[in-house]
Amino acid sequence: MGADTKSDAALFDCRDAYVRTVEELAVTDDRIVAVVNDSVGSSKLGKFRERFPNRLINVGIAEQNMVGVGAGLANGGKIPFVSGASCFLTARAMEQIKADCAYSHANVKLCGISSGVAYGELGATHHSIEDIAWLRAIDGMTVLVPSDPWETEQAIRAAASHDGPVYIRLSRMPVPALERTSTRFEIGKGEVLHEGADVAIIANGTMVHRALKAAAALKDEGVGARVINMATVSPIDKDLLADAAATGAIVTVEEGLKQGGLGGAVAEFCAESAPVPMRILGFPGFLPTGSASWLLDEFGLNAAGIASAAREVLDKRA
Amino acid sequence: MICIMPDSNGTSTGTIEDRAKHVRERANWMRRRLLKMIVDAGQGHPGGDLSATDILATLYFDVLRLDPANPLAPDRDRFVMSKGHCTGALYTAMAGRGLFPEAELASYLKPKSRLNGHPNRTYLPGVETNTGPLGHGFPVGVGIAVSGQIDDADFRTFVLTGDGELQEGSMWEAAMFAGHRGLGKLTVIVDRNRLQQGANTEDTNGLEPLGDKWRAFGWEVVGVNGHDHAELLSAFDAAAQPRDKPRVIIADTCKGKGVSFMENQAGWHHGVPNPEQYAQALAELEAEIA
Repeated sequence: MGADTKSDAALFDCRDAYVRTVEELAVTDDRIVAVVNDSVGSSKLGKFRERFPNRLINVGIAEQNMVGVGAGLANGGKIPFVSGASCFLTARAMEQIKADCAYSHANVKLCGISSGVAYGELGATHHSIEDIAWLRAIDGMTVLVPSDPWETEQAIRAAASHDGPVYIRLSRMPVPALERTSTRFEIGKGEVLHEGADVAIIANGTMVHRALKAAAALKDEGVGARVINMATVSPIDKDLLADAAATGAIVTVEEGLKQGGLGGAVAEFCAESAPVPMRILGFPGFLPTGSASWLLDEFGLNAAGIASAAREVLDKRA
Repeated sequence: MICIMPDSNGTSTGTIEDRAKHVRERANWMRRRLLKMIVDAGQGHPGGDLSATDILATLYFDVLRLDPANPLAPDRDRFVMSKGHCTGALYTAMAGRGLFPEAELASYLKPKSRLNGHPNRTYLPGVETNTGPLGHGFPVGVGIAVSGQIDDADFRTFVLTGDGELQEGSMWEAAMFAGHRGLGKLTVIVDRNRLQQGANTEDTNGLEPLGDKWRAFGWEVVGVNGHDHAELLSAFDAAAQPRDKPRVIIADTCKGKGVSFMENQAGWHHGVPNPEQYAQALAELEAEIA
């Protein structure tokens, strides 16, 4: 079990799986359209534009209008995939996401590209670490954070089939393809990728393969760490959380703000239904200058940091 | 019996004079009915409601192609109420057109009513998108029109904005993009009453030269008297002609139109007439069609 964590493991940019899947869907479903904010290149939608020139709508650098236009396209019967750098898509267009998409129950698929700290050195204006906390606070908004190319494809297909607004958080940071026994993806369901009964590590997105690496290290120490890939942050899989809490200790890890994101969602559940010692791994706030990989290491979002947090929380276990 | 809707809901036919008379009678009914809603609910936006009444009456009782029995038909004309706070006018127009029972107007703003303070499409079929925060309906209307453009559909999209609403940046993002796309089946109506919540638009953040701004963004611009039903009908008829530009109808209006003490008074943006004021308003409106 577990991810291929060898240093020579093939790595994938999940944007490729995203655009390939949207193109495949567009072939058989003419309701599929793409809406971008001058982000054809960064969203890798150049080929989509060549194949479906009439169905690529580029509003220019205007995120509020982009999301409003997406809601209008949904009103006209389209299934719009609205794509842009997640920092701008979510923050600039937040009221459009709330009112035009979620409150109006518009069938809009929001794709946040280059999320987290993918734009490392560009600084906090270009980091998107608040997005999960913001989006999951909005009623009716489904929030998906896929971890690898396969799951990205599944998330896009599930979003297209889902009636209602969905936020799909995509990264440009290369990740390995995870080994998994299940071939089923379902919105609202997490998956166990590594068995263990001593502590549960709950991760999503780019952090999952790191969590698996931590679990392998903990196993060598005789600690059984269960790794849960929680690709849907909202609605969260409460059954799987109850099982996780039964281990007696939980660590959450996300490429995002420590407050209000995946860790916050897990903590809300545990506080009310299954209190257990927890550690929440994430970023504390606006971050110093540095590359994405440096930032992840600096703030303990790597296998060593995750394993260390697991040991700490195990010490507090009842 | 002050609030009986004139007979024959739905679109009117005949000469432009006949059509204007049909719309005028219903606009008068809307004014009386929405004032009752505001009095009964104890709150509302009478100034903007009365300013927009004739525009909405012209749309709902003549122009809009829609089937009240099938309000989500894919080929329906779309109307987006970007100035979402003026629900007194919107709901009376929708009820008058048969989109929901007129009796339901009595539930306006009551607990769990479908008639929320701002329109909600998940409550009330026929509302196209939930508005309320300004600067939202227009971009959504542009998206609807783009959808129709992709499909070469023949439905038309209408968006009513306030004039103060044009101070929102998202409105100009939408205007720029609609001009760029040449959305010929999109018509925006600006309810140009020159009063925003607190003051005159030109004293707050001036909009003039407003027509030049729209022209610079690639739009055809038409000016009308927003309380003259024949002028409004002519502008909408002309807007139906094939074209490769979106059209904006700048409708000169009077906030509080039809009730003398509310006309051009910023103080009636919000507000509820007291019993004496309400009686006077009804008397004035009844005299108008006597």
